[in-house]
Amino acid sequence: MLVKSSSTLITVLVGIGAALLLFWILNKLAELLPGRWEHRVKPYLYILPAFASITVYLIYPTILTVNNSFKDNLSRNYVGFRNYTTLFHSQEFRETLFNTLLWVIIVPSVAVVLGLAVAVLTDRLSPGAEKFSKTVLFLPMAISMIGAATIWRFVYAAEPKGQPQIGILNAFIGIFNWGPIAWLQKSTFHLNSLLLMVILLWAQIGFSMVLLSAAVKGVPADTLEAARIDGANERQIFFRVTVPQIKGTLITVLITVTIGTMKVFDIVYVNTNGDFNTNVLGNLFYNNISTFLNYGAASAIVVILMIAVIPIMWYQVRHFRAEEAGAS
Amino acid sequence: MTDTATTPVAATPTGKQRKKATSFDPNPAKAGWLTKTVLTVICVLWMVPLLGTFITSFRSLDAVNSSGWWTVFRHPTTMDLTLDNYHKALTGNAHMGRAMINSLAITLPATFIPILIAAFAAYAFTFMEFPGRDVLFLTIVSLLVVPNYVAFVPILKLYRQLGMNGTFPAVWLAHIGFGMSLAIYILRNYMATLPKTIIESAKIDGASHYQTFFRLVLPMSVPALAAFAIFQFLWVWNDLLVALVFIGPGENEPVTVGLTHLKTQLGQGWELTTAGGFLTMIVPIIVFLALQRYFVRGLTAGAVKG
Repeated sequence: MLVKSSSTLITVLVGIGAALLLFWILNKLAELLPGRWEHRVKPYLYILPAFASITVYLIYPTILTVNNSFKDNLSRNYVGFRNYTTLFHSQEFRETLFNTLLWVIIVPSVAVVLGLAVAVLTDRLSPGAEKFSKTVLFLPMAISMIGAATIWRFVYAAEPKGQPQIGILNAFIGIFNWGPIAWLQKSTFHLNSLLLMVILLWAQIGFSMVLLSAAVKGVPADTLEAARIDGANERQIFFRVTVPQIKGTLITVLITVTIGTMKVFDIVYVNTNGDFNTNVLGNLFYNNISTFLNYGAASAIVVILMIAVIPIMWYQVRHFRAEEAGAS
Repeated sequence: MTDTATTPVAATPTGKQRKKATSFDPNPAKAGWLTKTVLTVICVLWMVPLLGTFITSFRSLDAVNSSGWWTVFRHPTTMDLTLDNYHKALTGNAHMGRAMINSLAITLPATFIPILIAAFAAYAFTFMEFPGRDVLFLTIVSLLVVPNYVAFVPILKLYRQLGMNGTFPAVWLAHIGFGMSLAIYILRNYMATLPKTIIESAKIDGASHYQTFFRLVLPMSVPALAAFAIFQFLWVWNDLLVALVFIGPGENEPVTVGLTHLKTQLGQGWELTTAGGFLTMIVPIIVFLALQRYFVRGLTAGAVKG
């Protein structure tokens, strides 16, 4: 253990030291150049490592992935659109796509509505109680999805009938002589997928609550007061004064949770590995690169995901430009 | 842009919201009993799964398999709790102790190195003029939402050729690449709020960009650096997919991968998964509770990550 610890520590220090050294060398290189050139080249040297990492880990793989999606399972020969047609013809993929769609529709909207509700409600508490309840709701954000899956196992666990139930949900319905139900195997009305979504929501509500809470607190009090003087009731004030003023944050939260949900992987992987009709694109992608070793199909799945984020990307750039124009 | 040299901390782009415009009570709708009840119920619901797992982690295998965790409250005197699970998880075949060291070895460089790289880039984007600057920055903004799944197959092949699979630098570099666009985005947005006059005067005094960066801009950007650091720390520590693909099971596996073994290999070991689960959670929970304020700011700053 000691050897392991110290060799690990050395690796860590070498890694961080190498990064520092890199910039020192780059800067020295720039200073070697004659005056005018130094100033021309320096900015590019400063952004070089950043762009190198982005190029190697995002831009170049994107191009390669699009290319691979038109090749066979080991990326040797071009096969045209075969990966895509095979995917869309398989019942399993269509179910996976539909499940992912369910996740992407349900999770972000519930996260926003519930997050906003909690943000508004906690805003009315005393400062101490507000801080406490926010920490409670926010804490699951620090927990990994695999940790969350471990935790929720004791909620959804099912033992054969007659034996004591160790999952709290089955123990609860057992009080009413109902069950036990193997929750995560029940795909009627996608119940098991919905229950897996609960785990993600449990972990994510804190995120949307914190962002929306900051936005709600930022609504100028005089606009609320003006509405009140004009005789608006609390509900009208909320929907006509507060909500329009926090629209920006609502959209940000919706986008962020949507992107996260599109890529959902861990929860499904550790709970059901996609069985019982719970599969999602993220897990199917992982199965394709790890178990099936079908890189063509895996690449095609990623390309489908990328096409899905293009509208968001477009919105993001437009939004950024508008903000920059407004700031300067 | 204002020319007054306000303190940079007061000028966070993201942290504190506008002050209430007026002094009268902004919230006449104080919490009634209904609000309090609803929130109490929600908070209890949020904590029950966590509490259940926590209690289970101290119970023996027999107890776990034969009764629900809540039954310990029925006989508080004979709770029969044990530290065995933690002992086994740390020292036995589960290797969670080793995995925790690995997780630290992965997480620390994967947190600090991208900050340094991104800070340099953000400095150039904020304080230096060069052709192509705006186009390059827009590229970064648009890459924020690209799913990192694109990288797995190509990088896996690249690593295989280089013989890098399973090594720490393999995951460091991957996390650096995946976190880079968000880091630059957050830091650049923050640096844009720093008073330009101070940087100008440093230049007049003959300071080089390198000196200005390390002596002025970096210390002034600490809130944003801390925000991203926590964000990235939690992200890397809790990551499963990148670790599974580029490190996989074995000598260098981090806690998230270790925990998946506990779940699958030792099918009988429920009680170990709970102890192992808490071992994986303890570090991020401490980091999170201690630095919650900065974390919130980080989230508000650059909420979108692909």
